[in-house]
Amino acid sequence: MEIQAMPRTETMLLNVGPSHPSTHGVLRVLVELDGELIVRAEPDIGYLHRGIEKMCEGRTYHKCLPLMNRVDYLAGEVNNLGFCLAVEKLLGVEVPKRAQYIRVIIAELTRIASHIFWMGTHAHDLGAMTPLFYGFREREKIMDLCEMVSGGRMFPLYLRIGGLAADLPEGFVEKAMEFVKEFPEKWKDYDNLLTQNKIWKERTVGVGVMSKEEAIDWGWSGPMARGSGVDWDLRRDNPYSSYQDFDFEVPLGTREGDTYSRYLVRMQEMLQSNRIVRQALEKLPKGDIKVDDPRISLPPKERVYHDIAGLINHFLLIEEGLRPPKGGEVYHAIEAPKGEMGWYIVSDGTGKPWRVKVRRPSFVVLNALPKLAQGRLLADLIALIGTMDIVLADVDC
Amino acid sequence: MHKAAELLQEKFPDEVVEVTEFRGDTTIVVKPGRIVDICKALRDDSSVSFKYLSMIAAIDYHPASPRFAVVYSLYSHRYHDRIALKAFLDDAAPVIDSVTSVWSTADWHEREAYDLMGIKFKGHPNLKRILLPQEWKGFPLRKEYPQRGE
Repeated sequence: MEIQAMPRTETMLLNVGPSHPSTHGVLRVLVELDGELIVRAEPDIGYLHRGIEKMCEGRTYHKCLPLMNRVDYLAGEVNNLGFCLAVEKLLGVEVPKRAQYIRVIIAELTRIASHIFWMGTHAHDLGAMTPLFYGFREREKIMDLCEMVSGGRMFPLYLRIGGLAADLPEGFVEKAMEFVKEFPEKWKDYDNLLTQNKIWKERTVGVGVMSKEEAIDWGWSGPMARGSGVDWDLRRDNPYSSYQDFDFEVPLGTREGDTYSRYLVRMQEMLQSNRIVRQALEKLPKGDIKVDDPRISLPPKERVYHDIAGLINHFLLIEEGLRPPKGGEVYHAIEAPKGEMGWYIVSDGTGKPWRVKVRRPSFVVLNALPKLAQGRLLADLIALIGTMDIVLADVDC
Repeated sequence: MHKAAELLQEKFPDEVVEVTEFRGDTTIVVKPGRIVDICKALRDDSSVSFKYLSMIAAIDYHPASPRFAVVYSLYSHRYHDRIALKAFLDDAAPVIDSVTSVWSTADWHEREAYDLMGIKFKGHPNLKRILLPQEWKGFPLRKEYPQRGE
């Protein structure tokens, strides 16, 4: 009998996205497949590029804040915290302690909301629908708290350069405390559904493995790096906004940098954030909520209405904006829910920034997708996009 | 002086142009010519250990000359320390060697700087536009590029 030659095989190109629920926005991935195995995966980004860095150059520093909210829109107020801190560094001012604590409360609540969203969508992508519904129950409460402080839910726009828009409303501390007390119990619902779930583990253990050295080489930060065992958290190692006053742990993954390890890290981080919020609420100092400097903070409304100096002050700050020193350049990075988020700001001495560069963690992390996807199954690609916790607004800016 | 600046002045005395401090940020301005060697030294020397590249920012200082600059923000996990490494580039055709061989993460940062500011990175394996469509004309972050369309 004659032996037949193997039939010729060829790879196939598959277009994933840009509009697909599991790509978490408008991400397009061009995948070359050999059967179900990925030979090559190439992300194609930019579908959500709005030119925020360019837009900033045409407006005053304060008017950049609504844009910054929308960089990583799942954690809007954390972006504003970083941007405010960067501009405050440029100005050389520090906001009062009370404002710092309130900023921490808002930032950590936002982190919990962002992580809940990640958990819900990541699990949903891999076929578990319930965590999303459980998670959104708590996320809704965080949204309500944000609504209390400023009226905005996803984009509270509560922070200002030099402090806050207003002090906390009456009843906020009690309502936030209520949330903080019940959250660990509610968190168990998520944990019970996923952590020991056999299907969940089969989809995540050993998928997307990144060693510690590789994670650093690829610029990974935040939970992505900690999942690979990089013991680094900017809140602890380069504290800003009074993070040194709080007692919290930096969870590291238990396994060697896989999707499950990153899952464990983010789950624990929710509890740690909850701890920080609790401490900040308990120790919340009294005092001012913005710096006492007419060149930076808006005057109180009664002065604007009844005092010509106050009116001029208000007018100048709105029309011309605050003016950092000419030639000043700073970089300030914070620990955003998705990793290191930083701002490089160049000032030319006018009320508008000369250059604003935003360091977005999602953009950096996604760079490694081809490396992680290569040789894996197509189904793993969905797990990889999920574990990266990317927001395409944060990738494209 | 910052120990990274001392290290560079010792190893590359002709390359360091200036070391500045502003609000606690150290910026080391170097000549662009030996950027890869400088980055390797900063990454591998255990006294500074800048193994992590945070980002690359391209800046247009129009109408000053030299007009362009690239800033590398480096971080050391060992010392929890950060510096900015800055190189000014020629006005007409800004070009600098790619540091993708030093840090893998430089890949997309350099493509972004090319896409939006038109800075060429020599030796980059895949230097093409990343955020804008491939057929896009012009570099939006340059100062002559309008804020609004017509």
